[in-house]
Parts: sequence; C-alpha cells; structure tokens
Amino acid sequence: MHRFANPAQFNRLADVVLPWAIGLTVLLSVAGLYYALFSSPPDYQQGESVRVMYVHVPAAWMGMFVYMVMAAASFTALVWRHPLALLAGKAAAPIGAIFTALALITGMLWGKPMWGTYWVWDGRLTSVLVQFFLYLGYMALWQAMEDEEKAGRAASILALVGVVNIPIIKFSVDWWSTLHQPASVMRLDGPTIDGAMLVPLFLMAAAYQAYFVVVFLWRMKLEINNRKLSVMRQASLQNTETQMEVAG
Amino acid sequence: MFDGLGFQAKSGDFVSLTGKNGSGKSTFLRVLAGFIPASEGAMGFSVDGESATGVARDSFLMVGHMNGLKPAFSLRQNLQLFSRLMTGRHIDDDSLLEAACTFGLAALLDESVQYFSSGQRHRSALTRFCLVPRQIWLMDEPTVGLDAENRQALAGLIQRHIACGGIVIAATHDPMGVSGQTLNMDVFRPTGNPSVDEDWL
Amino acid sequence: MSSMQTVSHGSVFFSLVNRDIKLAWSQGGGSLLAIGFFFIAVSLFPFGIGPEPQVLARIAPGVIWVVALLSSVVSLDRLYQADYEDGSLDDLALSPLGMLGVATAKVLAHWFSTTLPLALAAPALGILLNLPDNAYGPLVASLLIGTPALSLIGSVGAALTVAVRRGGVLMFLLILPLYVPTLIFGVGAVDAAVTMTDPLPHLALLGATTLIAFVVGLFASVAALNLAME
Repeated sequence: MHRFANPAQFNRLADVVLPWAIGLTVLLSVAGLYYALFSSPPDYQQGESVRVMYVHVPAAWMGMFVYMVMAAASFTALVWRHPLALLAGKAAAPIGAIFTALALITGMLWGKPMWGTYWVWDGRLTSVLVQFFLYLGYMALWQAMEDEEKAGRAASILALVGVVNIPIIKFSVDWWSTLHQPASVMRLDGPTIDGAMLVPLFLMAAAYQAYFVVVFLWRMKLEINNRKLSVMRQASLQNTETQMEVAG
Repeated sequence: MFDGLGFQAKSGDFVSLTGKNGSGKSTFLRVLAGFIPASEGAMGFSVDGESATGVARDSFLMVGHMNGLKPAFSLRQNLQLFSRLMTGRHIDDDSLLEAACTFGLAALLDESVQYFSSGQRHRSALTRFCLVPRQIWLMDEPTVGLDAENRQALAGLIQRHIACGGIVIAATHDPMGVSGQTLNMDVFRPTGNPSVDEDWL
Repeated sequence: MSSMQTVSHGSVFFSLVNRDIKLAWSQGGGSLLAIGFFFIAVSLFPFGIGPEPQVLARIAPGVIWVVALLSSVVSLDRLYQADYEDGSLDDLALSPLGMLGVATAKVLAHWFSTTLPLALAAPALGILLNLPDNAYGPLVASLLIGTPALSLIGSVGAALTVAVRRGGVLMFLLILPLYVPTLIFGVGAVDAAVTMTDPLPHLALLGATTLIAFVVGLFASVAALNLAME
C-alpha cells in the first residue's frame, strides 16, 4: 500500500502526466468550443441559446463526478488511512464546487431566455444547489480544525454522508415538482439529442475531464508540498529543542 | 510520539509514568484506554498464562484532567449516575456514603457540584474508583490539588486495589507513595528526527 | 475482581437517556431554548409577510417545518459538546454500552426532550398561521415521523463539530443541506392534505428518509466521536 502512498512517487507520476493532460485540455477545449459555437446547428426550438448547453451540461456532470471522486478518496482515507487520499479529497473539493457553481450559473443564464426566469425551485436545480452546499461544508470543516489529519477525516465522514443524500434528493424530483410549478423541468433524457449536438457535448465533457486532471494534479502537488513544509518545520523545531537540551 | 515503548503489567502491579511535559503521558493513557489507535504495536493480554485478544474497554476506569461531573446535579446524583452508567446497577446509600468518605466528601453529598471548588471536583472525580469495580485503573495526574491527607487516602486506595489483583497505571509528577515500577516516558522519545514522517521528505 | 458481573445494558442505556433528558430540561439545557425559538421565529412571519389569512394558510406548513429544522439545530450544538468538554464523553466511552449505544441513547434523549416537543407544539402555531383544519393531522404525523431524522442527522453535525470552538455556525452549514429531503417530504405531506390529495406517499417517503438517517446517522456519529476523542 505504501508504495502508492509515497508522496515523492506521486509527485514524479504527476510530473509525467501533467504535460500530456495540459495538452489534451487545450486541444479538446479548442475543438469542443469550435464545434459548440460554430459547427453545430442551432436548435429548432431553442435557437442559438442551445449553445449554453455545451458549457452547462458537462459542468453538471463534472460536479457529480468530482463529488464521487471526493467521496471515494474520503472512503479510502477513512478505511485504509491512506495518507494521500485525505489530500486527494481536499484537492478535489474546490474544483467540484467550481464546476457545480458553473453549472448553476450557466443554467440560470440558459433558463432566462428559455423559461423566462433565472431560477426555478425544481428538483434538479435544488439538488445541485444542495450538492454545492455539501462542497462548502466539506471545505469549511477542513478549515475548522487545527489538526489537519483530524479535520480531513471529519470532512471525509461528511463527504460520505453526503453521498447517501444525493440519490435521495434525485428521487425527490418528481414529488417536489408536482407540488410546485411542474413547468420547464430541465432534463438530460428529455429532448432526444441530435448527433450533431452530441459531438460538441462529448468533446466539451472530455475537455472538462482533462482540465480536472490538470488542476487536480496541481492541487495535489501543492498539498503535498504544504505537508512537506510543515513536516520540515516540525523537524527543525524539535531539533532545536534537542540541541538546547544537549547544550544546557 | 513514542518509540520502542514496551512494558508489562501483571495483576497486582502499580506503574507510574513519569516524564517531562509533552512526553506523551496523557496520550499513552488514552492509547491504553483504546481512545487512540496505536499506529504500530499492540497490547497483549493474557489470562492465566493464556493469551487473549485485546483488552475489553470495560476493564478500564480512567480519570483525566476533566472530571466528568455535571454541575446541574448534586454530588450524590453525580455518583449514582456514574455507577449506573458504568455498571447498570443502582448504588445503595451506605456504599455511596462510604465511597464519599474516602476523600472526605461526605458532608458535600447533597450539594450541587456547581458550587464546588476545583479541588473538591477533583476529589469527587477520584471517588469513582470506590464506586465501580474495574480491574485496570488509568489515572492522569491524580495527585494534583490534593493535600497530604487526601494523597494518603489515594495511596491507600491504590494499595488496596493492587492487593486485590488490580492494575493501576498513573501518569504523575509526584511520588505516589506506592511501590511499583516506574516508566520514564522521556526514554521512549524517538531519536533522530522525532515523529517526522520521512515519506513526506 | 475482574470477573464481570452481568451488566444490564438496558439499565445503562435508559439511565443515560434519563440523564440527558434531565440535563436538557435543567438550567442551561437546550430544550426550552429550542421551543422558545420555535415560537418566536414562526411568529415573525406574519410581521414580515403580512397578516392576510390566505397567504399565511398557504405558507403555514412550510414555515412550521423550516423553523422546526432551525430550532432543532439550535439545540444540537451541545448534544455532544457538553459531555466532550467536561470529560464525561471519555467516561461514557468506557461504559458497557460502547459508543454506538451511547450515541443512540443521546439521540433518543434529544428527540424526546427537544424535537418531539416541537412536533407537539406545532398545532398551536398552526392555529396562529390559520392552517386549514384538515392539515393538522398530517402536520403532526409528518413531524412525528420526520423529527427523529432531525435528531439523527443533527447528531452527525454535532459529532463532527464537537471539538470545534464556535462550531455552532459551522453546524448549520453542515446539517441544513442534509435536512432537505426530510423537509421536502414533510412539507409535501401537509401540502397534499391542504390541496386535498393523498398525503400517504409523502409520509412513506418521509419514513424511509428517517430509516436511512437512522442507519447512516448513527454510524457517522460514532465515527466522528471516535475521531474527536483521539
């Protein structure tokens, strides 16, 4: 286990992967945006504003995906006490929060011309908002305790509890929307998507994935170096104390 | 936190943990009680020469820096409650009075703990050892704030307990007045770069 | 001496429940605070929204449920923290119950002393907010089924923030998103009654949420408490 847990080895691996991931991100983003903005047809109902979808839908997917990454990292950290897993969760959380926020904001911008309002309290929007709050809670708990190890493990427990909540919220969609205005539910499975629209959608999704890998690895390296720094400080402090004892 | 620490305590042993502040006495007591998982190493346990797995948490009774008293209750209520929570049985008034006498608290039994001084609270907390029969006693600085008379009472209590086959492990700066082994925690501080996880470097 | 006399776990369990209920209702306990908060916060809405009976009747189920959630969180920050700070959590950890039993007893006591009274006080607030007659049954039923989930989920937040100074505000941030399903189904049941549809499916889902909260909440609380005691 500790072969994979070794931070130095992780750093070396990250350095190998990073240039490729950066290249892939640029390539996929350019191709995806080209298809999304120029090379795909406008929707017969939604017109040009359908193009927001290519930013919005993959962001929503990523919000979920990163949460699952964070939860998997939390599980690993709690069960196997894998030292890098705690940091992986910490590194992933802000990225997931940003993707979720992006999904919410682009959804609102899309909603204004489509539904005539920025926000509807429909099940999907509400559940994504709750997911955003869960990210915030996770990050707040990391900040709340001085002992990094304890803070991380407390946050991991919260992340795992949040996983159980997500499907519950998802299932509540139907009941929620029958009570409130059931109009204009944004569905992924609703409008059958034309092939010409699927290409930019998947290109953008892949670009987001690559982007996630890049930022995640950067943040992991940052966290590892932070930890390294605090370990070195601790060591030098203890050395000073030992030397003073010897001298005294 | 510590390295190469090993000791054996048999039924009837008194072990005092000494060492500087920050040498890990309190932490070690919490490891023993099972609150903190040891990163390496294990606690062995044997009954009549045969090894058994682990030590059940309910063989321990511990007193730490905090005394676990509820200020809203009287001392009597606190002691009754402690006995019930640890054994499930109601303690009769005679045994309660006898226990309270150990550290001279009989007159305070029906007073609300809210008004107790810190010394009185500490003695109230020590009274738990007279209430609940558990084999292994863990004490963190039990002599702090005790006068000579009460220290003697504590020593007597410990002596009676080990005479009956109990084990007492106490972290203390002061001599307890009980003969037994001494474990100097300073010795077990890791040498070189102490407690530095070299994986990170 | 080491031979364990048989311990009655039930007796230990109920002593702990009993202790916590007494503490919750004694000086410095959280129950009266929570119930007072419940009344005052609900009675602010007519001031803010205006006294039109139809409007109040429309928002009554939601207001009562939301404020019940908030009141429950208000009382939760001392659920484990008081025991953690005075050292009795360490004692309880060495009790024959084990941490799972301790957490269960404390949550049960919190429900009985604090969130159950909220459910029982709700009809009085319904009257103040002009709640339609046929909604009182579903309101109390939904609160009775849903309030255990409030204590159970809240227990996770309380256990996670037990070692955090000024953890109360953080706890709101952690717990409230997790309360959303309970809120949706709880209000759903009352709204269904108001709009003359069947509240039963909502109550069933509410019950399911409470059962999930029972399993997840207790185990997560124990994990968080063990972590805090290290």
